Amino acid sequence: MSGSWATRVLAVMIKEVKQLTRDRLTYAMMLGLPVIQLLLFGYAINSQPRHLPTAVLVQEDSVFARSILGALDHSAYFDLVAQARSPAELDEMIRQGRAQFAVTIPADFTRRVARGDQAQILVEADATDPSATSGALAALASLPVQALAHDLRGALGPRGQGPAPFEVVVHGRYNPEAITAYNIVPGLLGVILSMTLVMMTSLSLTRETERGTMESLLATPVEPLEVMAGKLAPYVVIGLVQTVIILTLARFLFDVPMQGGWFGLSLGVGLFIVGSLALGFAISTAARSQLQAMQMTMFYILPSILLSGFMFPFRGMPLWAQWIGQAIPVTHFLRVVRGALLKGQGVGDMWRELAALLAFVCVVTAVAMARYRRTLD
Amino acid sequence: MTLAIDVAGLDKSFGDKHVVQDLSIQVEQGRICGFLGPNGSGKTTTLRMLCGLLTPDAGSGTCLGFDIIREADQIKRNTGYMTQRFSLYEDLTIAENLQFTARVYGLDRRAQRVDEALQRLGLTARRDQLAGALSGGWKQRLALASATLHEPRLLLLDEPTAGVDPKARRDFWDEIHVLAGQGLTVLVSTHYMDEAERCHEIAYISYGRLMARGTVDQVIAASHLVTFTGQGPDIGRLAHEIGARPGVETVAPFGAALHVSGADRAALEAAIAPWKQAPFAWTEIEPTLEDVFIQLQGQAEDNFA
Repeated sequence: MSGSWATRVLAVMIKEVKQLTRDRLTYAMMLGLPVIQLLLFGYAINSQPRHLPTAVLVQEDSVFARSILGALDHSAYFDLVAQARSPAELDEMIRQGRAQFAVTIPADFTRRVARGDQAQILVEADATDPSATSGALAALASLPVQALAHDLRGALGPRGQGPAPFEVVVHGRYNPEAITAYNIVPGLLGVILSMTLVMMTSLSLTRETERGTMESLLATPVEPLEVMAGKLAPYVVIGLVQTVIILTLARFLFDVPMQGGWFGLSLGVGLFIVGSLALGFAISTAARSQLQAMQMTMFYILPSILLSGFMFPFRGMPLWAQWIGQAIPVTHFLRVVRGALLKGQGVGDMWRELAALLAFVCVVTAVAMARYRRTLD
Repeated sequence: MTLAIDVAGLDKSFGDKHVVQDLSIQVEQGRICGFLGPNGSGKTTTLRMLCGLLTPDAGSGTCLGFDIIREADQIKRNTGYMTQRFSLYEDLTIAENLQFTARVYGLDRRAQRVDEALQRLGLTARRDQLAGALSGGWKQRLALASATLHEPRLLLLDEPTAGVDPKARRDFWDEIHVLAGQGLTVLVSTHYMDEAERCHEIAYISYGRLMARGTVDQVIAASHLVTFTGQGPDIGRLAHEIGARPGVETVAPFGAALHVSGADRAALEAAIAPWKQAPFAWTEIEPTLEDVFIQLQGQAEDNFA
């Protein structure tokens, strides 16, 4: 035997580098992805969201009420987006998630402030994601002292000194104890389903191509949509079993509340499973090898975790990142799952999210069918 | 006379590689046509175009009376295609692979057909073996069983016997002749001369062009090739020297003999003249198919390389 160990190491190394440079896409992904991800997530993620949509129900039109609303609006945490006309409407806004906070200024507010008679405003927070509201709720502490400082003059001057002129009653809806698991565990359903299902079907066609079986399959009369349906069906069952397991564990290990909304939840789960599988299938029509398919899947999974509202509050992201998030099906699925389990949302409350999931299924299926090559060209 | 394959002017390029050029071929129903040519000459591409796996850039024609462009689906239903590389599912058993094929083609009497196919090919005892665990010869039999399960009228075989032992090859060809006897048309690509001679007719393609067509005898006659075989001590050592002389197109040692071929009789005789004395002895023989093919390949290189 001739040559030292170093020559042989070098031989393997040179071969490895040459193979790597042949596979341009892998190369580009290894260098390009970290940069894209760093920029994307670095700028997008913010665990202290501001400018949260706030709905108000003002039961008395007064100087004090306007001052309080003005102070809220100025705080950077609250953006007044809607005026409710009734407690029921206010309730609907927070249940549907259109508002993160619901502020009620009661009818006798001014009178009670003037009298020093336990004046209160009610701030209800959608606490399904405790981290989304904590910053804003902390900012409320200084509201009573500052909000009315300009108004309490003259005869009311004494009200401006001493104890705060009114009290903010905070009510954390849906998750009053701010238990993180209530928010994370339902969210995990979406993340786990995407990870497993997208990955499984993303390999489905590339595996056939790599093993050479695609040539036989294409020579048969089987149609693209038939291939897709046949390949997806077993995984739909697997996805449903996963869902049942995760929800059962969520209930019995994590005590996640289940308020109902089962019909909407089932629709959402069905659409999400089919959508994820179809996405995987679309990936496998584009990927040239199983390795590429896995890389593309990762490219999808990361934003699904980071930009969907799973790990970080959705409303904490800049607007452009929210737009990206809106295009990710996990985002909508999380809202369906959390809405159904924690808030008891019905289909009427979550139809926008369901429609988004349906659109996703259609678009991805169309892309997969357009990309599916019926020949070896 | 019914033509099972009747295509004209087929053209196919991949990038800047012109793989098939202006190829026309007719095969009569019930005939076995051998498809020969050097590696990379466009045989596989042609077979794939015939069964709808590739779309020709130009050209037209019919397979089994169906238009190869517009009616590819009909052609697929009536054609069995056996790929060069084993392309059934290695992680399914033999029976499961056949059942899959039977379902995809929507066959009736599925179980019965699968059993019959297993029996015909002598695979019944191995029906529950994983296809991936089979040796080359058995894989090839399985592939043939799968390609013929739906009773196609046209069979396209892409180097079906590569890497298969002689006995299995003979069995395979016997099976092909039985099928052809039943009216099946077969287009089979191969590199083996003995297989070419078992075909009713052959087509030779090189650099994407059809170079010769007809029965083995016709192809040999059409080549106008003259072949001398020389005997003598260590005559093999002269191969290089003789091959370099003008008029000699191919030189090939066959055991103790040397075959020397060329199209120009006078030039060829002049080329071997220096050795036309004892201890060497030369006789003119009928050129073999191999001599003809090597000559054709050389011509193709001259024309297109």
